[in-house]
Amino acid sequence: MELFNLFIKSAFAENMVFTFFFGMCSYLAVSKTVKTAVGLGAAVIFVLGITVPVNYLLQTYILADGALSWLGPDYAELDLSFLSFIMFIAVIAAMVQLVEMVVEKFAPALYGALGIFLPLIAVNCAILGGSLFMQQKNFAHVGEATVYGLGSGFGWFLAIVLIAAIREKIRYSDVPAPLRGVGMAFILTGLMGLAFLGFLGF
Amino acid sequence: MAEKEALFSKKNKKLITDPLNFNNPVTIQVLGICSALAVTVQMDNALIMSFAVLFVLVIGNLTVSLMRNMIPSRIKIIVQLVIVASLVIIVDQVLQAFVYDVSKQLSVFVGLIITNCIIMGRLEAFALGNKPWASIMDGVGNGLGYGLVLVVVAFFKEVFGSGTLTIPGMGKLQIIPEAIYEMGYEDNGLMLLPPSSLIIVAIYIWIQKKNNPELIESH
Repeated sequence: MELFNLFIKSAFAENMVFTFFFGMCSYLAVSKTVKTAVGLGAAVIFVLGITVPVNYLLQTYILADGALSWLGPDYAELDLSFLSFIMFIAVIAAMVQLVEMVVEKFAPALYGALGIFLPLIAVNCAILGGSLFMQQKNFAHVGEATVYGLGSGFGWFLAIVLIAAIREKIRYSDVPAPLRGVGMAFILTGLMGLAFLGFLGF
Repeated sequence: MAEKEALFSKKNKKLITDPLNFNNPVTIQVLGICSALAVTVQMDNALIMSFAVLFVLVIGNLTVSLMRNMIPSRIKIIVQLVIVASLVIIVDQVLQAFVYDVSKQLSVFVGLIITNCIIMGRLEAFALGNKPWASIMDGVGNGLGYGLVLVVVAFFKEVFGSGTLTIPGMGKLQIIPEAIYEMGYEDNGLMLLPPSSLIIVAIYIWIQKKNNPELIESH
């Protein structure tokens, strides 16, 4: 039940796009049609669900203050947390590469759908943001971290699919010329963000 | 390339001025939005974030440009990420040492400079194919263009959201005078919430494209 709460909280109340603006670049660039939006959204759920728990283990057993004490008493005082940025991004880049190869080998159909989006994801702030928030939240075990990753990925998926659907329709509306394209996407995201504030209790 | 180009030739100046207006990284190229929107609740956060990005962008551009003939194209993303991540670690440590409060408020957004698309975008699109000096100019231009949008958004958010302006070194300044509050004016709390920065950027884009009609998109 606790895990379910965490999932709902990370997907809605702390939605990556509407409350933190994570992954806005690809969110705006790839949201022109629903089909591509679904592909990218699914790839984000997938990668967040893998990298957050992996980075959680890295954080708990290697990087955090005193995390190396399992190596022996001499290592108990080491604090490697200043290395976390570079380690996290390396894990993400390596994982994305690995996932791409595995998917290509064992699930060619899925690769056809997700393939072109996977490389984009290594530099999507939603992915690194998920790991950095995980670091601040002090989860009790790896299951919580996995659920958090999947939940935030689902929130991102929801956001990009919703905006893509609106943008497909708004093509037929008479938008003021200077706002066409990106400008309107910003306003739409702002209005959707207002609606999502409801989950925070405003 | 027999003649040596002047340090501030017309072409190099253009590299700085273009990103300030009709090739702005945030509003036109749509890069680096995440941090641009999230750190703008107070002016001082916006200024410090802009300096951090400017620093990483200039040094990163310079480094990649110097190494551009040595980086194998297959692994260039990893090489760029490592360069940027090292620079961001330096920035983070400096912020924690000298302006701890701001560093706490920026929280994860300092780390997210690594995946700020302006940085990766400029490294990929410019520094990989240009000489070091031109790359520095490009870094300065795009860093300033990014900072410009941040400062504009932060100005409106802070003045209308809390009636103050926080400038580093001068503290919190009251912009909206007490007399107006006594007449019944109230701060618009909505301005401090995330959605309002999106609307402000949209209005910025609107004005900018109105003045430069050639930038208008056809849906």
